[in-house]
Amino acid sequence: MHTSLALLLELGIILVVLSVLGALARRWSFSPIPLYLLAGLALGEGGIAPVPAAGEFVRASASIGVVLLLLTLGLEFNTAEFSHSLRRHVPSAVLDFVLNATPGAIAGWLLGLSWVGVLALAGATWISSSGIIARLLSDLRRLGNRETPAVLSVLVMEDFAMAVYLPVLAVLASGGTWWQALLGVTIAVGCVAAAFAASHRWGHHVNRWLGHPDSEQLMLRVLGTTLVVAALAELVDVSAAVGAFLVGLTLTGEVAERARAVLAPLRDLFAAAFFLAIGLAVSPTDLLPVLPAAIALAAVGIATKFATGWYAARRDGVALRGRLRAGTALIARGEFSIVIISLAGSASTAIGPVVTAYVLLLATIGPMLMRWSGTWSWITSPRP
Amino acid sequence: MDVNEVLLPGVGLRYEFTNADGERIGIVARRSGDFEVLTYSDTDPDESRPVFRLTPEEADTVAEILGAPRIAERFADLTKEVPGLSAGQVAVAPSSPYVSRPLGDTRARTRTGASIVAIVRGDDVIASPTPDEVLQPGDVLVVIGTHEGINGVRAIIET
Repeated sequence: MHTSLALLLELGIILVVLSVLGALARRWSFSPIPLYLLAGLALGEGGIAPVPAAGEFVRASASIGVVLLLLTLGLEFNTAEFSHSLRRHVPSAVLDFVLNATPGAIAGWLLGLSWVGVLALAGATWISSSGIIARLLSDLRRLGNRETPAVLSVLVMEDFAMAVYLPVLAVLASGGTWWQALLGVTIAVGCVAAAFAASHRWGHHVNRWLGHPDSEQLMLRVLGTTLVVAALAELVDVSAAVGAFLVGLTLTGEVAERARAVLAPLRDLFAAAFFLAIGLAVSPTDLLPVLPAAIALAAVGIATKFATGWYAARRDGVALRGRLRAGTALIARGEFSIVIISLAGSASTAIGPVVTAYVLLLATIGPMLMRWSGTWSWITSPRP
Repeated sequence: MDVNEVLLPGVGLRYEFTNADGERIGIVARRSGDFEVLTYSDTDPDESRPVFRLTPEEADTVAEILGAPRIAERFADLTKEVPGLSAGQVAVAPSSPYVSRPLGDTRARTRTGASIVAIVRGDDVIASPTPDEVLQPGDVLVVIGTHEGINGVRAIIET
């Protein structure tokens, strides 16, 4: 029972520390993600307080964390909202991709990474954190602002693009060739299409079976199904995360809403474990040498996301100050950049420290700039 | 009144309208059931100023305060305008012979002259129900007609 004592104690202390960090982050309304990453760094090898017993458990929880993050992302997804965003903001999404993935790809190439590493780094600089941004928009009371739909539309399309991007990355990272990656994507896209068709046609059956009126049953059924599908997806090299995303997409309407509610606390717990585990995997001594590269990349990332938000808001006819707010809103990178490291396989040792430092910087600076942009009262925007 | 609907992907919907005083008012209806009421500033029409937030229960209460008297008033106005016309409510008891049968089977209008203008089912109101609408135990029928007509409908539904 000696190990279990150490495990319980370490885990308990970790959770208490995380709660303090989370409360501090919320107090100043910025994201707890960078603090969780820092806690992971401090607890890992070479950190200030290694936790050998709990480390194992945290690493196991991390894979469930990824699955739950992607499942809830899929549950958030709504066909009507996607098609609406598609109608208005395809150019914004294209600009978003070109402006933000390119710096990552170039940096990866300059750092001498493998093809997979370049692709992963491009993805990590491309995708904004919809979790951080949606929460901040609500905390800063910006949901009523005219630029907000543009910001949210860009996020929805980025999230959907992940359904194509993640399987490509997962297959290539597992040592597949380009045609295997193509096959993987075809399978994934086929599954997305099948999932949509199925949810359209038989969705009410799936929903009825999963959507048990009892909350406990609902949680167990959704979670169980998701883990099985995730495992099957992993088996065919499409990555567990993508499998979970597909399950989330299949669930619609009221069941999706209730599932989101019952899974939210679980997701928060396991996602925290996931961020910790990423911090654990990176040694602080690895972080210092990549810091200049990460700072340079973050500076470019701020500029390119700002341009994206500016452009998207302008398309919606928003004036100068609103465009500034939209530009700063998109800067935060977070959970998905980190998910990408975890999928990058052998390349992850190379990009892990860079992306961790990058997310640490942007998940902190992004929300700060976003808050600050609301106070730029000296900028006046006359209406045309 | 023009109400503008804006989709907020992943969050919910926003309704916007301008009131008689020329103030621009927005209501954010979140997927979670929470509401946020806001106004827009004159200096920057893109920026909203938060007024207050409502939990789902609070929103229900506000909706009742704003909505219920108005609906009752309208019915009263309607029945006042035509002498002899009144409105009544008839509950469908579980023992009623018309439970699980379409409304048309009651042939209420043919037999009594009174019209069933709405069915209140739980929190929902089915306005101008079609004859195909299947009655459920606990439904409340809103009937408009003469006193005798309304009593006639009650007799049909209850026996």
